[in-house]
Amino acid sequence: MRPAPFLQRFGIRGRGLVVALPYLWLMLFFVVPFAIVLKISFSDVDLAIPPYKPLWEWDGRYALAIKLNFNNYAFLFTDPLYINAFLNSIKVAFFSTVLCLFIGYPMAYGIARAKPSTRNLLLLLVILPFWTSLLLRVYAWIGLLKANGVINALLMKIGIIHEPLSMLYTPFAMYVGIVYSYLPFFILPLYANLEKMDWQLLEAAEDLGCRPWQAFYKITLPLSRNGILAGSMLVFIPAVGEFVIPALLGGPNALMIGRILWDEFFSNRAWPVASAVAILLLILLVPFMMWYQSIQARESAGAR
Amino acid sequence: MSTAPGPAVKAAPWKDPHATPYVEIDRVTKSFGDFKAVDDISLKIYKGEIFCLLGASGCGKTTLLRMLGGFELPSSGRILIDGEDMTGVPPYERPVNMMFQSYALFPHMNVEQNVAFGLRQDRVPKGEIKDRVATMLDLVKLGDFAKRKPHQLSGGQRQRVALARSLVKRPKLLLLDEPLGALDKKLREHTQFELISIQDKLGVTFVVVTHDQEEAMTLASRIGVMNQGEIVQAGTPSEIYEFPNSKFVADFVGSVNIFEGKLIEDEPEYVRIGSPDLGGTIYVSHGISAAPEATVWAAVRPEKIFMSTAPPDGTDNVVRGSVQDIAYLGDLSIYLVKLPTGKVVRVTQPNTSRHAEAITWEQLVYLSWDSSSPVVVTR
Repeated sequence: MRPAPFLQRFGIRGRGLVVALPYLWLMLFFVVPFAIVLKISFSDVDLAIPPYKPLWEWDGRYALAIKLNFNNYAFLFTDPLYINAFLNSIKVAFFSTVLCLFIGYPMAYGIARAKPSTRNLLLLLVILPFWTSLLLRVYAWIGLLKANGVINALLMKIGIIHEPLSMLYTPFAMYVGIVYSYLPFFILPLYANLEKMDWQLLEAAEDLGCRPWQAFYKITLPLSRNGILAGSMLVFIPAVGEFVIPALLGGPNALMIGRILWDEFFSNRAWPVASAVAILLLILLVPFMMWYQSIQARESAGAR
Repeated sequence: MSTAPGPAVKAAPWKDPHATPYVEIDRVTKSFGDFKAVDDISLKIYKGEIFCLLGASGCGKTTLLRMLGGFELPSSGRILIDGEDMTGVPPYERPVNMMFQSYALFPHMNVEQNVAFGLRQDRVPKGEIKDRVATMLDLVKLGDFAKRKPHQLSGGQRQRVALARSLVKRPKLLLLDEPLGALDKKLREHTQFELISIQDKLGVTFVVVTHDQEEAMTLASRIGVMNQGEIVQAGTPSEIYEFPNSKFVADFVGSVNIFEGKLIEDEPEYVRIGSPDLGGTIYVSHGISAAPEATVWAAVRPEKIFMSTAPPDGTDNVVRGSVQDIAYLGDLSIYLVKLPTGKVVRVTQPNTSRHAEAITWEQLVYLSWDSSSPVVVTR
């Protein structure tokens, strides 16, 4: 049984079908939900199920009343809570990205310069955590960081500290969680970039008078720029909206926009406000995503 | 072989025992595990020379070059450049520059920035950098391409950028790793002569690594033929070609017919070699030093063999054979002639006339050569 004749009636054939499938997927699971969220963000709150008023009403005979409510957006800019949460999320995402850069660059560099046989093993180790659910791994960090957890027990045993450090439910724990979880997303695109690097360029730079660190700074770093940017975007974009890690490790004071969204939606049942937060977050991140796309396009075009 | 305009060195300082060498490689060995890539090489290179290291891939020539550049450290022995011991001197402090086989141009910089890189690194004043880069780009005829990125250049242009970049720092010694390897034949010939004229203008000493014997012949003031980590013979191109010291060198440089045989007459003025290969004796009009009854090899270059349809005068060094194959190359033709013993002899004849009476396949011909032509080697 071939689906082709049926589809051909709609003008879809071979090549079109291949392209149509991802579009269909995006339509169903991105565009439609997005439209629904957008719609809700312009509605009024209501004590009903679902908890918002319809956007349009048909009076049954002559009139269609469409009521676009901008209150929800206005509200986000009047209550400092939301602005602060946005700023804080950006701050946390930014510093997490910077930390990923400092930890991930040497790792990606090390993997790219390792012998091909070792390289695969090292890459496997980077990808290995993905085989376990994120939630489990975050819970594991709770076990490591809590007052009577593994790290405190170890430090007290070898006598570095006498009182347990309070690490869990602090910004420190939150950064540990975020950096730990997103590090592979930084390493992999950077590795893919560094792996293409012609290492003879470094010899040429040394030959022309560069010390090894100068050669790194003048040659390797600029040539891996696209890899750094791609990795940074892959960490920064999801980290801004991150909810699980701050909620579990950061404690009650971790004021992140993902947390606000959750609270508005589930605790306050303020779906319209929550939707407005989501739309605003999206608008905030679109430029970064576009930037990431253009980097990817440049990278695959091969121009540096 | 081709006549070169000649490198900057006109005299032959290697013949003068009192001349000070500019680069001295003193019993250098480089081992990777059990494998000796470079095995106890000693070599003296003089100022203004173009010294070619010639050998097949894996013979250790690139390793030797990389040790001169400081990218590899000798396992033992030392290297002196202009009297200074280079042991422990890293590449960025050596008065040496290298032109890499891949050219290794920095892809994120344009031509000008590539060439200026080394000077910037040395904190040369801005104005001077500008002048020197401009002069160098003019020298390699790339003045109009200063703002191009490497990927916008052709292979030959990249090669010249790489050359300019390695010369602009005025190194005492320039190392070139297969400098013309990536260019097509026409461009390569043209560039060879350019390279020599630039070297002549600047007077820099060149050490060139190549596997292409023709390239070595054209460029070099002297050639060091390498095999399995050793220098088998070092000498001027004509010495290497006309007086190879071993079967390996005779065979590696140019093409040659080698006849194995035994000395049957060994006099100071001449020798006679009985060669089952040839199915006769070879008369050589100069004495050689070899043990009596030793196995020797007589090497005769294809262009030194005369071919005729009528029997030539004299009886020494004449054999008969039938033409098995002919390759017409325009300026000359190559004939493969099969002797009654089964040995195939390579003969080249210049096509001096346009309508020569042609020798064809299967024809019986006489081959002969002058008694001074064979080179007799004992290993």
